[in-house]
Amino acid sequence: MWSQTNAKTEQGKDFVDETEAHGRELYFSWAIREAIEQEMERDPRVILIGEDIAVYGGAFRVTKGLLEKFGPHRVIDTPISENSFVGIAVGAALAGLRPIVEIMFMDFITLAMDAIVNHAANFHYVYGEQAKVPMVIRCPAGGGRAYGATHSKTLEAWFMHTPGVKVVVPATPYDAKGLLISSIRDDNPVIFIECKLLYSLRGNVPAEPYTIELGKARIAREGDDITLISYGRMVHECEKAAEMLLEEGISAEVVDLRSLSPMDKETIANSVTKTGRAVVVAEDNKFAGASAEIMCQVVENCFEYLDAPVLRVAAEDVPIPCAPNLERAILPNAFKIYNAAKALLNWGRK
Amino acid sequence: MLPKGELLSYLRKMWLIRFFETSLDELFGKGLIKGTSHFCAGQEAVAVGACAALRPDDAITSNHRGHGHFIAKGGEPKRIMAEIFGKSTGYVGGRGGSQHMACFEIGFIGSNGITGGGIPVATGVALAFKLRGLKRVALCFFGDGAVNTGYFHESLNMAAIWKLPVIYLCENNFYAMSTPFDYAFPIEDIAIRASAYGIEGVIVDGNDVLAVREAVLKAAEKAREGGGPTLIEAKTYRYYGHSKSDYREYRTRDEEIDWQQRDPIMRFEQYLLRNGIATENEIDEIRRSARKEIDEAIAFAQESPEPDEQFATCGVFA
Repeated sequence: MWSQTNAKTEQGKDFVDETEAHGRELYFSWAIREAIEQEMERDPRVILIGEDIAVYGGAFRVTKGLLEKFGPHRVIDTPISENSFVGIAVGAALAGLRPIVEIMFMDFITLAMDAIVNHAANFHYVYGEQAKVPMVIRCPAGGGRAYGATHSKTLEAWFMHTPGVKVVVPATPYDAKGLLISSIRDDNPVIFIECKLLYSLRGNVPAEPYTIELGKARIAREGDDITLISYGRMVHECEKAAEMLLEEGISAEVVDLRSLSPMDKETIANSVTKTGRAVVVAEDNKFAGASAEIMCQVVENCFEYLDAPVLRVAAEDVPIPCAPNLERAILPNAFKIYNAAKALLNWGRK
Repeated sequence: MLPKGELLSYLRKMWLIRFFETSLDELFGKGLIKGTSHFCAGQEAVAVGACAALRPDDAITSNHRGHGHFIAKGGEPKRIMAEIFGKSTGYVGGRGGSQHMACFEIGFIGSNGITGGGIPVATGVALAFKLRGLKRVALCFFGDGAVNTGYFHESLNMAAIWKLPVIYLCENNFYAMSTPFDYAFPIEDIAIRASAYGIEGVIVDGNDVLAVREAVLKAAEKAREGGGPTLIEAKTYRYYGHSKSDYREYRTRDEEIDWQQRDPIMRFEQYLLRNGIATENEIDEIRRSARKEIDEAIAFAQESPEPDEQFATCGVFA
């Protein structure tokens, strides 16, 4: 069994050299790998399960080099069987392991919905304290690469709607490492969404392991006139929009939620109470999407402080088209966010 | 030959399960229990024979028809009954009900309302046993209906390539709810599907408790020694319908009577008498004592308090 070859990986070596060459700047994807590697060193119960994650290193090479370091008993390639390998991870978690599952593209998580929604999410609540399901489901997600309708979705809303699972979406390399370590150490199933376009983003990442509390948002940029609330890749689009607004003397605050379930309602309320205006930005599609819940939190908790309605910028309600210009047309971006912010700031004026 | 006490304990467990299920049917009929339930009367020998072959620290997963599996693995009838009554003294305090109970201490990793849902869970438990270097076995109970799910195919394949210590025990009772076996399967025996995964497939008389025990014992020994999974098909029959709201229009009364002639408890009692292992009196006493335990379980469940309503909204996360 476990018939894996221990092929040498050049990229594994590059990873280390490059890291040292740039001090502690790491790519987003390497920050994730470092989190996994350090947690696997620290805790022998942590194992990896997924398709083509061992020799190949995963479709995005995030787990490249881990097979050589930890061996085929802990870096386990699976056949193409999403529902059962997620279900097997649930069983292994109940029996004392802490699996990290990779879903090659988040679109494929649809094949594992039963194992997540009816099993992972339920067991602790229904079976009680005896049952814990400490597992992380890593999901490369989102569009912008012209991959089309089955390789581009971001499905956080479905899991925000499922009590019993947490939903975490990092926006920076620093957060990717800290939030992933926290997710691995958490005793609950965590859907960990990795925006594919962020994999090549570089940023400061301390060498030592560190955690970031799940459910705590981050103020990515401080401002007074309007709040842009987002998560994941769209945080960067919000920051670009904030730059554009600044040129016109408008000071926008950018809230990076970091985790969608649990959601940091307090940070949202504090910011919107201060600015009186909010634009919610999400990469998933608009109708009944993640943006709907965030918007609802603003309306429920800050209504009397609002100077204008709350607006949303999210993907159009269509399957993701493939052609680059079509895909650009349906996804949110800094210009759309800027326009929404301007509309809010001009709201009620002639 | 197994010790007499051991054999009589099988008989008592089978009677416990039978009385548990027939009592539940009456209690539902009287409107004393809400919700739904799936009875396993007629299939007692599979649960009892299989669990008799396992060690206390081996694990089982169960399905929607799981009261018998739980009792066979050592669950207390009164706490199972209380769970079905929705009482705080039930195994999971009223959150689970008939189809969602668990007791990890005794290796009962849960009944499961999703057909086939226990299959990957048991497979994952077996993966953990193997990676942790424990010589334990996971056994998964499921029905013929679950064999046509994707879980069955995917999980058996992975268990086979990784040689996991897991036993897949299919209780073929010939109906997936109302769908007959010979409609849903183009084959005579489920066990032959094992060949698709390169593992051993075994057919056993599911109404013969000792035959089931023997088959599971062999599979468990093989699994413990690193020999990988086994698929066991135990052919049996459920006396009641699929659930309490089933009028059994899809099968004949003649067929039901035919299976009742092969009743697993009756056959085991005849075996014990014929071989001079137990007397009529001893058997009567076992039956009486099982009946009494179930009556006490019902009283316990009825007298137990309902869960506090606050129990509904806490404990979503560990």
